[in-house]
Order: sequence, then C-alpha cells, then structure tokens
Amino acid sequence: MFEKIGNQLDIIGQCKRYGLSVWQCPQFLFVVMGVFIILASVVSYLVGARYILSPETVIFIVLIVASILFIIAFVITRSFERLAEASRMKSEFINIVSHQLRSPLTNIKWTFEVMASEEFKVPAEKQEEYFVNVKENIARMVELIDDLLIVSKIEQGSFSVAKIEISLKDLIKDLVERYKVFAEASRIKLNFSSQENLPKVLADPSLLKIVTENLIDNAIRYTKGGGIVEIKLIKEKDKVLFAIKDSGVGIPQKEQKYIFQKFFRAENISKERTRGSGLGLYVCRSILNKLGGEIWFKSQLGKGTTFYFRLPIK
Amino acid sequence: MKTILFIEDESTLQKTFGDILTQDKYKMISALDGKIGLRLAKSEKPDLILLDLVLPSMHGFEVLKKLKQDPETEKIPVIILTNLEKMEDVEEAIKLGAKTYLVKTQYRIEEVMEKVKKALGE
Repeated sequence: MFEKIGNQLDIIGQCKRYGLSVWQCPQFLFVVMGVFIILASVVSYLVGARYILSPETVIFIVLIVASILFIIAFVITRSFERLAEASRMKSEFINIVSHQLRSPLTNIKWTFEVMASEEFKVPAEKQEEYFVNVKENIARMVELIDDLLIVSKIEQGSFSVAKIEISLKDLIKDLVERYKVFAEASRIKLNFSSQENLPKVLADPSLLKIVTENLIDNAIRYTKGGGIVEIKLIKEKDKVLFAIKDSGVGIPQKEQKYIFQKFFRAENISKERTRGSGLGLYVCRSILNKLGGEIWFKSQLGKGTTFYFRLPIK
Repeated sequence: MKTILFIEDESTLQKTFGDILTQDKYKMISALDGKIGLRLAKSEKPDLILLDLVLPSMHGFEVLKKLKQDPETEKIPVIILTNLEKMEDVEEAIKLGAKTYLVKTQYRIEEVMEKVKKALGE
C-alpha cells in the first residue's frame, strides 16, 4: 500500500513513464491545479470576508468555489491522462511490432547476404535450404502484418462483416485435414466430432476461418511433447457451440484475466516460445463480438485448456 | 580452433551464422535458450559468446549477469546480438559487462564477423 502511495507521489517518475515533459504531464498539471485551487480559495475568502458580513456565507462561497475548481481540474487532468496513456500505448505498440518484424527480417537479410557474398561460398546443397528459410520468414512477416491490419481495422471501427449462412462443420473439417500433418509432426492426435444435422451459422467465412485457425494453431502449439487435441461442435438452442480441448501447458490462474488483451502473452508460453505476437486471441474475441458470438475458456496449469465459442444460427 | 557460443532462439539465424563461422574455421556451438547457454558456457568454455536478449526460459540480461558473476565464465567476452535498440538496453548491457552491443538489422553479416574477429583479438 505504501509502495502504491509512493508511486502516486513520484510525479517526475510518472511523467517519465508517459515520455512527456513535466509541463505536459497530467500528474504535474494536477498539482498546479491544486495550488491554483488553494489560491482561489484564499482569494475568495479574503474578498468574501471584506464584503460579506456573515462568516457562514463566506465559508459556503469558498467551499462552492473550491469544489467547482476541483471538479474542473479533475476532469481536465483525467482527459490529459487518457491522452498520455493512449500515446504511451501507441509507442509501446510500435516498439513491439518493430521487434516482431525485425526477427524474420534479420533472417531474410542475413540469408541473402550470405548467398550474395563473394567471401562466403554457399555450397550448392545449401541453396535450397536458404531459399526455404527466406520463404518461411516472409510467411511469418505476412502473418504478422495480416494480424496487425485486422487489429487496426478493429480499432478504427472500419471492420465490415458479411453475414452468410455457412457450415461450421465443413469449415472445421477442411482445417483439421490441413492441420493434421502439423499436429502429427509434434505427436499430437487431432480429433474432430460434430453433432448430426448441425445447423448452419450466420457468419463471415473468412473471419470465422481466422478465429478457428488461431484456436487450432494455439492448441497444437502449446501441447508439448505429444497429446490430444479434441474439437467438438454441438447445437445449443439457437446457437452452435465450438469447443477445442488440448492437453497442453495451460494458462496460469493469475494471468487468465489478461488472456484476450492485445499483445498479452502468458509467462509460461513466452518462456517456451518467444515468437508469438500476442494478437491471436485479441483478434478472435473482436471478430466473435462483431459476429454476435462470444468466446471463453477453462484452463488448468500443466493440464490443458479448453476454448469455447458460440455463434448464432441463421 | 576457436569456439564461439551463439545463444539465440531463432534456429535459422543460428544455422546461417554457423555456416559462415565454420567456413572461417571457427567452431560454433549453439543454444536455443538462456539456461542451455549458461550450461554450455560453463562446460565448453568458449572463446566468445554471442548473446540474444529476448530468449525463452531466461532473459539475455539474466544470462549475462550470471556469466559475469561466475569466476569460470566471467572472462569470456560477450557480444550482445539483438533486435532491441532502446538506449536503456544498451546501457544496461554495457553496465553488466558486455563487450559490444549490436542491433542485428543494422549490421551486415560481414560486419558482425568483423566484430567477432576483433573481439577474439584477430
């Protein structure tokens, strides 16, 4: 608690965190406003005491003036604080994105430099491996940029959604076929079952594909050293429920509330795999909200996670 | 033959850099995370360590700190090879005892090799 109070009082430190000069910093402006309120209260007291006979009226006027000024100061500094926080988050966003893009970029750059160098002779049998490296890293960059574009559209509100009747069962079936090789390479069994006569859902096929791909990809990626990933589709009243259960690393309890936040990555997976962008689940939730659906999960550390989403039937 | 330990979680980068180090008659040993890197530094006693900062299991600064605290590894020169370029990171690395701080995308692979040779006193 004392630490919290100490942090609040460290005005210079807080201004530094926002990357602003003291005169633009909301916390410092609040102090300035505080001094101004005190001065205004003293002045109104002196004026009141000189021209008004009743001390109660003077105190009442001083209190009213001080309260009005306090409210104005609070509203102004709060707006400044929000602006400063938005600007800080933007800088942080640029930092994270540039770092994420630089990793595949370094791979591509160095691979080409070695290939083009007269000093280093690339053996013929290595050429193909180098081209595969470049191809994989370009795909990584494209994937990240696609995620970022979706995030940007979500945040600007310029996110158009086509609502078409689609069979979630067919969509998942295709994806499962595609992901089977990837799963088997990690000794993971990918099972899919669907209720008979499952009705179609009303959704945007390309967006729904992004959601399901993200969830299947995560389930496989975070199931270490073999296991089972099970996907189920069930009809629930006027909705279709999708569930994907893995036997993976799980999400630590204290981090579960942050899991859908942009750029958030749980500590245990950041340690295992430093490459993820932390955008996947944020994108999933934003898309499902837009489609009139909802997403949630249950997880136990070391035992696995089940992600669910519900979508309305046509 | 001089040995270089490359602690880096990008296996592609390790392979590419490893190819040119081997061509230049160096021996490269690699670690994909900080913990393995520390273990190899102690057991193999390399002549130079190339260390990334964003690493699984242990951040590069933690690895550097441990390397410099251990009498067995404290004298091994460490070059930070990362894509983080904040001034605070550079200052922290130098404070913890890194010899040089290189931002990967800002250097050609030949330039990194020159820095490696320089750090090895060649």
